[in-house]
Amino acid sequence: MLTRLLLSDRGGLIVLALLTALIIYVPIGNLLLPADSPLHVSTFTVTLLGKFLCFALLALAIDLIWGYAGILSLGHGAFFGLGGYVMGMYLTRQIGDRGVYGNPELPDFMVFMNYDSLPWYWQGFDQFWFALLMVMLVPGLLALVFGWMAFRSRVSGVYFAIITQALVFALMLAFFRNELGFGGNNGLTDFKDILGFDITARQTRVTLFVISGLCLIGAYLICRYIITSRFGRVLMAIRDAESRTRFAGYQVESYKLWLFVFSAMLAGIAGALYVPQVGIINPGEFSPIASIEAVLWVAVGGRGSLFGAIIGAFSVNGAKTWFTTVYPEVWLFALGILFVLVTLFLPRGIAGVFRTLGQWTSRKPKGDEQ
Amino acid sequence: MSLLKDTRALMRRDQVFDFMLPPPDFEQPVDLSHGPILYLEDVSVSFDGFRALNRLNLAVDAGELRCIIGPNGAGKTTMMDVITGKTRADEGQIYFGQRIDLQKLSEYQIARGGIGRKFQKPTVFEALTVFENLELSLASDKSTWVSLGFQLSAQQKERLDYVLGLIGLGALPTRLAGALSHGQKQWLEIGMLLMQNPMVLLVDEPVAGMTAEETERTAELLTSLSGRHTVIVVEHDMAFVRSIARRVTVLHQGSVLAEGSMDRVSGDPRVIEVYLGEEA
Repeated sequence: MLTRLLLSDRGGLIVLALLTALIIYVPIGNLLLPADSPLHVSTFTVTLLGKFLCFALLALAIDLIWGYAGILSLGHGAFFGLGGYVMGMYLTRQIGDRGVYGNPELPDFMVFMNYDSLPWYWQGFDQFWFALLMVMLVPGLLALVFGWMAFRSRVSGVYFAIITQALVFALMLAFFRNELGFGGNNGLTDFKDILGFDITARQTRVTLFVISGLCLIGAYLICRYIITSRFGRVLMAIRDAESRTRFAGYQVESYKLWLFVFSAMLAGIAGALYVPQVGIINPGEFSPIASIEAVLWVAVGGRGSLFGAIIGAFSVNGAKTWFTTVYPEVWLFALGILFVLVTLFLPRGIAGVFRTLGQWTSRKPKGDEQ
Repeated sequence: MSLLKDTRALMRRDQVFDFMLPPPDFEQPVDLSHGPILYLEDVSVSFDGFRALNRLNLAVDAGELRCIIGPNGAGKTTMMDVITGKTRADEGQIYFGQRIDLQKLSEYQIARGGIGRKFQKPTVFEALTVFENLELSLASDKSTWVSLGFQLSAQQKERLDYVLGLIGLGALPTRLAGALSHGQKQWLEIGMLLMQNPMVLLVDEPVAGMTAEETERTAELLTSLSGRHTVIVVEHDMAFVRSIARRVTVLHQGSVLAEGSMDRVSGDPRVIEVYLGEEA
């Protein structure tokens, strides 16, 4: 089955091979090679690439629903952020009495705000397994309720995109409030360790990087399985002719809802992997702009090809890192121009270019002549 | 107001209470004990004050080939929408067989239950191949989890190949549906209907945009389907209707104007006035 998934997908195969090479090379380059070697990978780069892997996972989640089912979510940052907050809660509980106020039970911001005891929704997050479960359940549940209401009322297209923006914006405003009990403006930070390992240690960083990479590869294969199954063909049918699909006997809403929840869970996992690597989660992750930017990665990489989303996330974020260090004030203009150029000249993104090249080099498929 | 209406509904003695009725059960054979497979009574639909259907009455027997004609805006497509659950009727009753109340079901349930529909504009899944289009329409368990692991059985593959041949696309199973000609798309959509194996086929303008030869083949196909399936054809092309129809219903302003054989209907002075008269 694995070979069937891979062989039918040349672009994906290349991207997976590159990812595998990265996962093998980066730990060696960071931990084994001496710091003055030209092939040495600095810990900063490890964290940076680890971040990109999380973004790629988020882009993959967006491409799955947008590229294959035509559901444009401009609010996937909501699920990414929730996954991140769940992980942040676990990491905050791990701080214990090493906080500024030295309270063994309450995080610093709660002591500051005169909490007497831990709020009920913070219970259980000192357990890693519980946090892992919640990383998927919390975004999944939100997607289930939100999607159920939206799809049942047959909200789609631009209208759906707009209400997802509203969703992520509402979450941002809510998380900015101190009373909500998630650290308000400052979010959750000053993490010390994860599962007993020092979070700033090189080895921990590298391990998190490798786990992110493996999660991305795993998620890619699952997405690939979904879209090559009959389920995936139903999705494309919904995207192209929704009411025809209904009259073919498919309950379109349940397909959309299933996929939306799955995609939200992937985004949640991406957020949970992101937080320990960057060391902070704050309401900024819920900013509407961040969610739109994530859709841009997919558009640049090539909507509807899965591996294109990974390429897009890496290339746009790579460009962003370069620009913001060299010409910080130019970045937003560059992003705008990039989007205009891609829309005008590469409607199918970077993946589309590869596909066209592939069609030129490989011979025409058989059995298609009339 | 609605409370009063509900209370009154409970007092009626000429029908069984809704909640006493068994849920629709498509596993059982459709109850045809009184003849009609599709039965519409006093169905009305309004859009923003415009009455698209006005107390429409229609009964179609099992195995019949029925043609429905009428000038533009007569309510032909709305009638199909109402039967397939796309539009809800404001009032009236729509029954499939004796027992199944179609107004309580949603589109996918009606489709699974045995009413297939072809759209006016040929609608196929353009990004998928001809083969995949047919495979998607195949009558089978269409729930989400099942379709994740769905495999075509040998028997289903055989049926698929049979339909491919029947619609004249046997040589093009891997062609993308979007790359087909207009006539071929029409045929593919009919093939998709057949894969659903419906008891009733609602076919909206099957020969629009077809060449004379294609039209003839379509007429043959539809005629051969009647008997085993009930076929309801909405069409503008009078020559085509004349070539296949045994029984014709003329709609006008949302209700039935005339019904009978083509000769009788086309001789009816009212029909000539509203419809055929326009062309002459």
